[in-house]
Amino acid sequence: MDRRKFFRLLGAGGIFGLLKARAQTPPWDEETFASMKTLGAPLSEYGQRSPFEEGVVRYISPNLRTRHSGADFAPLEKLEGVITPNGLHFERHHGGVPQVDPAKYRLVIHGMVERPLVFTLEDLKRFPSVTRTYFIECAGNGQNGYRNPPDPQLTATRSRGLASNASWTGVPLALLLKEAGVKPEAKWLIPEGMDAAAYTRSLPLEKAMEDVLVAYAQNGEALRPEQGYPVRLVVPGWEGSIQVKWLRRILVTDLPAMAKDETSEYTDVMADGKVWAFTWIMDPESIITYPSGLQQIKPGFHEIRGLAWSGYGRITKVEISFDEGKTWRQATLEPPVERYAFVRFKMPWHWDGKEVVLWSRAWDEKGNTQPTREEFFKKWGRNNRYHYNAIQAWRILPDGRVVNGDRPLGQQAFGPAGGCGGEVFDG
Amino acid sequence: MVKRILVLLALLGLAVGARYNLGTPISEELAAQYDIRPAVLPDGRGLPPGEGKVEEGERIYAEKCASCHGARGEGYPFNRLVAEPFPITPDTEPAEFAIGNYWQYATTLYDYIRRAMPFGAAGTLTNEEVYHLVAFLLYMNGIIDAHEPINQKTLPQVRMPARELLELDPETKRRFPWLTLP
Repeated sequence: MDRRKFFRLLGAGGIFGLLKARAQTPPWDEETFASMKTLGAPLSEYGQRSPFEEGVVRYISPNLRTRHSGADFAPLEKLEGVITPNGLHFERHHGGVPQVDPAKYRLVIHGMVERPLVFTLEDLKRFPSVTRTYFIECAGNGQNGYRNPPDPQLTATRSRGLASNASWTGVPLALLLKEAGVKPEAKWLIPEGMDAAAYTRSLPLEKAMEDVLVAYAQNGEALRPEQGYPVRLVVPGWEGSIQVKWLRRILVTDLPAMAKDETSEYTDVMADGKVWAFTWIMDPESIITYPSGLQQIKPGFHEIRGLAWSGYGRITKVEISFDEGKTWRQATLEPPVERYAFVRFKMPWHWDGKEVVLWSRAWDEKGNTQPTREEFFKKWGRNNRYHYNAIQAWRILPDGRVVNGDRPLGQQAFGPAGGCGGEVFDG
Repeated sequence: MVKRILVLLALLGLAVGARYNLGTPISEELAAQYDIRPAVLPDGRGLPPGEGKVEEGERIYAEKCASCHGARGEGYPFNRLVAEPFPITPDTEPAEFAIGNYWQYATTLYDYIRRAMPFGAAGTLTNEEVYHLVAFLLYMNGIIDAHEPINQKTLPQVRMPARELLELDPETKRRFPWLTLP
C-alpha cells in the first residue's frame, strides 16, 4: 500500500473513531471509581473473601434427612486452579462436626504393638513432617449419574463435587507405627474418630506403611473442623470414607472390623448381583467445569476447563470429544501433574453457536480410563450407590445454555437413593 | 575393639527402628480405659459379657429406636432395618437394603449400635441393652428364633444371608494377595 493512501485511511478512521466515541456511552459509571475516593478497610487479623463472592458456597441437598449425617458438595465450576479452598472442601460426616480442644486431644496406638503409646498434638507435630497435595473423594461421588433419565438440572457441582484437593501436612503413619513397634502377626489397623459416631474403618497395615499421612494441616493452616480438626488420616488415592477424621485411636490387629461403613455401606452392588467389599481405590475421573451444567455461553472464544484425578496415580492425559466419543482431542494438562491429586486440563475452543455435546475422559498412569454410561452399567449395578465414574456429557444448546448431555439408558427410572449427598430420586 | 562394639550397637539401634522417642508409653490397662467403645471383630473379639433377649430388645427398640426406624423396623425417616432374610438382588432398590437382606456380619450390629446409636445419644446404651437390641433385630429379620440367646459366643456364629454375595474387589485382591474376607 502506498504511504499517502495509508495515512488517508488512518485519518479517516481516526475521525470516524472520534465521532463514534462521542456517541458511545462509557461502559462504566461513577461507582466504578468510588473506591478511589475514600480509605478502604483497615488491616484485619483473619482475611475474609469479598462479600461479592459469598454466593460461592458448598451445595447442600434440600433432600437430606439431617444435616448431622450426610455430605455436601464443593462448588467445582466456581473454582479455579486445583486447590480447593478450605471453607469449600466437601464435607462428609456421620454424627456432626465435633469441636475438639487441641489441648485435650490424644491419639492412642494400641493392640498388637510392642509399646502402646499415647500422643499429644504437640508430639505429632515434633515428628518429621511431610506436605503433599492429594485429592479426597467420597465413594459416593457421581451418585447423580445413577439417575435415569439423567437430571436436566445437573451442575458440575452435583455431578462430581464430592471431591476436593488440598495440600496436607502431617506425619507419615509409618513413623508412628514404628514408634509403637508393630508385632509380626498384625495385618490391619482400625482407626477411630472422636465424633458422635466414633467412626471406624479397617485399613491394611501395608497401605499405612506406604503413604498414609496423619495430617494436622490443610493448605498451610490447621485442619478445618469439618476436615477432622485437629488430626485426620489422609489415605492417598483411596475412597474418602476410609480417611478417618478427628482421629483418636488406632487399634493394630489381625482382622478387619467389618464395620458398618465397610459392609452395610460403602460396599458395591455389581450388575451380576455380587456385592464387592473394600472397593478402596478411586477410579479415574474428569469433569469439564467450564462450560458446564446451567451455565450460559456466547459464541466466540472459550477456554474449556476441567479437573481430572485418579486413585491409581498420575493423570497422563485428558481427552475431549465434540462428537460423543467418535473422535477425541487431547487437552493440555497444567503442571504440576502429581500423583493422587487434581490436575487442571484446558483446551482453547471457538464456539460457532451450533448445538454440540462435550465429553471428557481422563487416563491415568496405569492405563485406566473412564467408561461411557453404557459401559459403566455393564459392570456396576443400576442400584449401586458408589464409584460412578462414567463420562459426564454437557450439551450446549443453540441459545448458549449448557445442560446435562448424558444419554438416558432404557425406559426404566432409576435414581440415587439419598446416599451420603442426599440426592434422592424424585422422578 | 570398643569402637567396633559401639558401631555395632549403633547399627543395631537403627535396625531396631531408629525411634524418635516421642509419645508416652501407656499400660494395656490405661489403653483399655481410653477404649470407651471397643471395636467388635467378626470373630467376636471386643464383645463384652452379657446376653440379649428378644422381648427385652423389643421394649428398648420401641422406646429408643422406633421414632427413626419405624415401629417394626420398616424405616422412615431413617434407614430401614427389617427385611425378609433373603439377600438382595441387583433389582432391589437401596432404600430397601436392611439388616436381613444386606448386612453381612452379625457382629457389625453390636459394634455399630454400641458405637453410634441412638443417633444423637451415642454411648447411652449399656452393654446388656445393646445385646437385647441385637437379639431383637436379628429376630425381626428372621435370622434367629425368639429364644436363641445372643452373647459373646453365639453372635459371631450367626450366619447372615447376604454374606454369600460378598466378594473382595478384584483390584484389592490383586494388590493385597494375602487379604481374605472373614
